Amino acid sequence: MQRFNQHLATLDADLGYNFGYLDEQTKRMIRRAILKGIAIPGYQVPFGGREMPMPYGWGTGGVMLSAAVLGRDDVFKVIDQGADDTTNAVSIRQFFAKVCQIDTTTSTDAASVIQTRHRIPEQALKHGQILIYQVPIPEPLRFIEPRETETQKMHALAEYGPMQVKLYEDIVKYGYIATSYAYPVMVNQRYLMDPSPIPKFDNPKLNQSPALMLFGAGREKRIYCIPPYTEVASLDFADHPFAVQQWSEPCSLCHSTTSFLDEVLIDDQGQRMFVCSDTDYCQQQQASKQEPCHG
Amino acid sequence: MDNLAYVLPQTNPLASELPLLQAEQLSQWFAPGKGFAPLDLSLYRGEVLAIVGESGSGKTTLLKALSGRLTPQQGQVLYRHGEQAANLYQISEAQRRNIMRQDFGIVHQHPMDGLRPRISAGGNIGERLMEVGWRHYGDIRAQAKSWLSAVEIDIDRIDDLPITFSGGMAQRLQIARNLVTHPKVVFMDEPTGGLDVSVQARLLDLIRKLVSELQLAVVIVTHDLAVARLLAHRIMVMKQGEVVEAGLTDRVLDDPQHPYTQLLVSSVLQQ
Repeated sequence: MQRFNQHLATLDADLGYNFGYLDEQTKRMIRRAILKGIAIPGYQVPFGGREMPMPYGWGTGGVMLSAAVLGRDDVFKVIDQGADDTTNAVSIRQFFAKVCQIDTTTSTDAASVIQTRHRIPEQALKHGQILIYQVPIPEPLRFIEPRETETQKMHALAEYGPMQVKLYEDIVKYGYIATSYAYPVMVNQRYLMDPSPIPKFDNPKLNQSPALMLFGAGREKRIYCIPPYTEVASLDFADHPFAVQQWSEPCSLCHSTTSFLDEVLIDDQGQRMFVCSDTDYCQQQQASKQEPCHG
Repeated sequence: MDNLAYVLPQTNPLASELPLLQAEQLSQWFAPGKGFAPLDLSLYRGEVLAIVGESGSGKTTLLKALSGRLTPQQGQVLYRHGEQAANLYQISEAQRRNIMRQDFGIVHQHPMDGLRPRISAGGNIGERLMEVGWRHYGDIRAQAKSWLSAVEIDIDRIDDLPITFSGGMAQRLQIARNLVTHPKVVFMDEPTGGLDVSVQARLLDLIRKLVSELQLAVVIVTHDLAVARLLAHRIMVMKQGEVVEAGLTDRVLDDPQHPYTQLLVSSVLQQ
């Protein structure tokens, strides 16, 4: 305890905030929850969520996780729907630049910690990187079972049949599994998990990922994790296998045919274009295509 | 002669005659007069047992205790599957839920208690299959269709929601949902309550047909003696939590011994 107090005293007092905004005890509590979550991949660990200087639904869960894991040497990147330049991403990046005084970046490659809302970067993640997700509703079974006591029991006994019913109903209504985001996955062949509202396009990137994945739900006060190199399988039927979205045309800016595209209306006549949702990836692709011309 | 037992074959030829479900000194009192007194009960394969009695006589409480949904204050419930007998309230909850999912069926009085109203009829039937590991959409759908026709629902309605079904159809759908995994024991709580007389008759016909075809053991709770007469092999009459009379249906209904049973039988309109 002595050593911990000494450590507290050495923290920068002139900033007005503790490093990472949260106090050290809270960060320890969150780290304990993270460690438990890593030990049981996909299991939702309850934690004592704090009030953050932003409303619920804007990423408080993700911000608390970032505050707990960021260190002085980290380089921080924030994306919102894949973009580095949207209001939410810019605000959270500036927030941590201020309360941690650490380097921030928009490059996926240079970042050591990436907080994300609704996307996994197109560029493959590396071992040692941490991806932090903002989660609105952590419980994948909630739609079919409103009682928390009952969903906990279903997780404990691995009774996941009702989740399959949702996919069945999709096929009945649309002829194929139409669930396109928050697509349920099975982690390490044990726990059913909601991968936050990422498009199912990103689900395959969860499987055997070299990066550590942390999921934080601020309002519901749950943390769950996928350690590196963990098996993550998307639910499906034998005769209706899991498949990701596809587009009929490439990105209008970088001409990539392999990235997740957003459809953007560009005028009142209903003209539209498709562009990468991952802005960093799109810019890199454009740059690499221009280089040969200059050279 | 002492070791004759070892010479005899180990398998008991009467093993198949052991009761499938057995209650011993089972009792549950919520308050004096509310619940049921200690009772013994056996149910054999292919047998239909009716529990009759007036409202508040403990019938439904007994049914819940027998079907693994209410831990009783006293006594035990043994369920035999294969060679083993499981004591329903001493095995783990995971094992109990597994037995309830695979070997038991529960038909509620109100169909919507046992159905998911916002899931299609096919999904309602298929859920039980998906719970036990089916992962082939075509197979699940084929099973759902064959069960819909088994309970005389038009297979064109497979994708309709149960809330659009009539009371009788919803009840038949609930029965299909319970039978799709081929349970060994089915518990029914007033399955024909709240249905009009002609629909009741059709439903009873259907239940009787399915029971004999599938060799189901059934415990049926009812206050309607006609239902008991039509379906049950044996009958148990309850009053204020006590079993006042039990025996073969025809014997009990044609020659009632207990004053309360006599009252029940005589209060049915005779033709």
